[in-house]
Amino acid sequence: MTELVLALVIWAAGWGLNAWLARSAASETRVVKFLVPFIFGATLVLVWEMVVRGLNVPMVILPAPSVIAMRFASSLPILWVDFVQTFLKGALGGYVIGCAAAFLVAILVDRFDFLRRGLLPVGNFVAALPIVGTAPILVMWFGFDWQSKAAVVVVMVFFPMLVNTVAGLREASAMQRDLMQTYGASYGQAFFKLRLPAAMPFIFNGLKISTTLALIGAIVAEFFGSPTLGMGFRISTSVGQLALDMVWAEIVVAALAGSAFYGVVALVEKAVTFWHPSQRA
Amino acid sequence: MPVIEARNLELTFQTNDGPVHALKDVNLSIEKGDFVSFIGPSGCGKTTFLRCMAALEHPTGGEITVNGVSPEEARQARAYGYVFQAAGLYPWRTIAGNIKLPLEIMGFSKAEQEKRVKDVLQLVDLEGFGGKYPWQLSGGMQQRASIARALGFDADILLMDEPFGALDEIVRDHLNEQLLALWARTEKTIGFVTHSIPEAVYLSTRIVVMSPRPGRITDVIESPLPKERPLEIRDTPEFIEIAHRVREGLRAGHLDE
Amino acid sequence: MMRTFWAVLVVVAAIVLFWYAAAVPMNIKTALTQAEREGAVISPEGAAARRDMSAIALALANPGQWGDTLVQDKPRLPTPDQVAVELWQTSGAMVLKGRAFSKRSLLFHGWVTLSATLLGFGIGTVLGVVLAVGIVHSRVMDMSVMPWAIVSQTIPIIALAPMIIVVLYSVGVQGIIPKAIISAYLSFFPVVVGMVKGLRSPDSMQLDLLRTYNASTSQGFWKLRLPSSLPYLFASLKVAIAASLVGAIVGELPTGAVSGLGARLLAGSYYGQTIQIWSALFAAAILAALLVGILGMIERLLLRRMGVLA
Repeated sequence: MTELVLALVIWAAGWGLNAWLARSAASETRVVKFLVPFIFGATLVLVWEMVVRGLNVPMVILPAPSVIAMRFASSLPILWVDFVQTFLKGALGGYVIGCAAAFLVAILVDRFDFLRRGLLPVGNFVAALPIVGTAPILVMWFGFDWQSKAAVVVVMVFFPMLVNTVAGLREASAMQRDLMQTYGASYGQAFFKLRLPAAMPFIFNGLKISTTLALIGAIVAEFFGSPTLGMGFRISTSVGQLALDMVWAEIVVAALAGSAFYGVVALVEKAVTFWHPSQRA
Repeated sequence: MPVIEARNLELTFQTNDGPVHALKDVNLSIEKGDFVSFIGPSGCGKTTFLRCMAALEHPTGGEITVNGVSPEEARQARAYGYVFQAAGLYPWRTIAGNIKLPLEIMGFSKAEQEKRVKDVLQLVDLEGFGGKYPWQLSGGMQQRASIARALGFDADILLMDEPFGALDEIVRDHLNEQLLALWARTEKTIGFVTHSIPEAVYLSTRIVVMSPRPGRITDVIESPLPKERPLEIRDTPEFIEIAHRVREGLRAGHLDE
Repeated sequence: MMRTFWAVLVVVAAIVLFWYAAAVPMNIKTALTQAEREGAVISPEGAAARRDMSAIALALANPGQWGDTLVQDKPRLPTPDQVAVELWQTSGAMVLKGRAFSKRSLLFHGWVTLSATLLGFGIGTVLGVVLAVGIVHSRVMDMSVMPWAIVSQTIPIIALAPMIIVVLYSVGVQGIIPKAIISAYLSFFPVVVGMVKGLRSPDSMQLDLLRTYNASTSQGFWKLRLPSSLPYLFASLKVAIAASLVGAIVGELPTGAVSGLGARLLAGSYYGQTIQIWSALFAAAILAALLVGILGMIERLLLRRMGVLA
């Protein structure tokens, strides 16, 4: 009972603190902008802890954050091999192959107007489909190991990346292309000096969308069969054993990996497209 | 030999609403060192004419030569610099980097590039701004940088398509003055599209008045103004007289519709 | 318009052709083993000799068996016509027989998945819009919640799906609800982010104009913020409904559900019924395309009525 009261108090205190911070004169500073969501997150975790303890929620329904953290700390070796298998091999491998392939195809598509007309609607269509569904087929073709996961990721990231890159390569304005023509620039010169840099914001948009897709693809594909390691494998077997603390620990890894992956790509984007209005704001 | 010569030039676009005669029966020759303005209402073909000179449009009839050869050959010989209405600088390159762009494409040596960038920045009064990015500069400065970019490879002909159209009048006056000084110093041949009568009169040695449907030349006015032109010249009777003739020409073009 | 149509047609035809061409080497090994058993002359003879050969070399060495590769029961890669026939037999043909909702019908499985998708999508959208309105009007909520909503877009929250199904099952909730919950939270976050962006899209000039009319907050919301948010809302709704569908399909995997498109995929992969996997996959694709298409139509109608779209 005391825990429940404590949960209420923590909630009220956290929210009150945030409300005060948000109204304070310092609310536009970087520190406060970081602090407020942090306090909100911490409050949620504490309330979660107190409610689980106060109501004696069984572990098989919702483990307390402290239990998850302990499991996380004690299972680091397992979490690491799973991370290597699913993220470094499956997701990252497929991401690199898929994005590179889409980029090359996009250049080809862009070069031939007929291809662009034909492939772009098809690409847009496919980009909206539930492509994770190809996982059982690709697992059948490429075996249980990470290669089939990478294959799923390749298929998932290919079309969003293709559509974005093709759109980006058309981003240079007619005027800028005319200017290149008055210089008598060759296709290669116009491509590297004008169209590729102009396309960068779009290319990075595709790259950012693909980070999340890659992780989703690699994890979900493991639900259809995998060797006895990997984040998706661990999640589905631990769920079966009702070891929910392990499931949550893997989810924490997935969350950290996902946001770090996205963050790295976003940082590179900031460095490359520093000139774009969206980055200057 | 005229620098640019058009004989019975014709350009017809095929659209869904039937053919559009963007240019019809256009005859003009521009001599070396001329400053020629093209003025007229929208749709009169003044920009199209300029784009024909730059081989950005391809005429459907008649003949046009630049330096005695076809515009396409002149383009490949890098015979002209072109300035658009918007500065169109690449946001990912510095001002110096933008001016280097055509120089890189045309294969100038690194040392030569540096030297020319320095020279043209001085020419357009932008010394010290080479390291800035376009978006850190005002609109007028950006347009000056784009003129510098067109000057960098030292073509004899400068084609300008409403280069100051998007700027406010005070900036525009200032740039007009600078352009005249630049023209006097470099003795280039300039083709200049505008829709401002005072601008056309102030800048030009000849004013070509055009009229739409079909796009054609209705009048060519030789300016008796001296080469040396302070801004105050715009208040003189001579200036007002020419402006009046241009306005009459524009009106006449409208009347026969 | 016509040129685009022909270009798409050619590209699709090329894909189908490539598909058939790929089916030959993909299925050649099984075809050869089968043919040899039936007494045909195969080069090289014996499965052992063929084991290490590339599929393309085998296909080129035995053009006589190409036909066999396109009509197998459990091919590694079924042909387009096999998939099309399976799709028809498990949908249109069953309707004609009056058994549209039998256990073998894809319409039945599709409906199971679709109902969970739509329920979850509806819940997620409503909650998302409500939270977005709160975020736009409350600075604390904006600062506290918005960063998390954005971060949630970068992490594979679908990994929660198996746990949600199992936990809810253990407390006695099963059927459509667990799947709908997964669909709901997958569609929730894109809607929040898109809707907040949309509600903030009016520029300061438009907001100032309303201020000169002395308009109230709610007038500003109904007359300016909400209409100008719609294009953003629909863009994220299209993302959200696709995510909802994926959520419902993934939600059918862990408990060995017997109905739904996800269950068809899983059963197909257990028993090597490739044709069944492909037809379930195409059914899911058609469903996704229909849902996104319908949203697009609603968007056009709505925007036209509001005069946003000419």
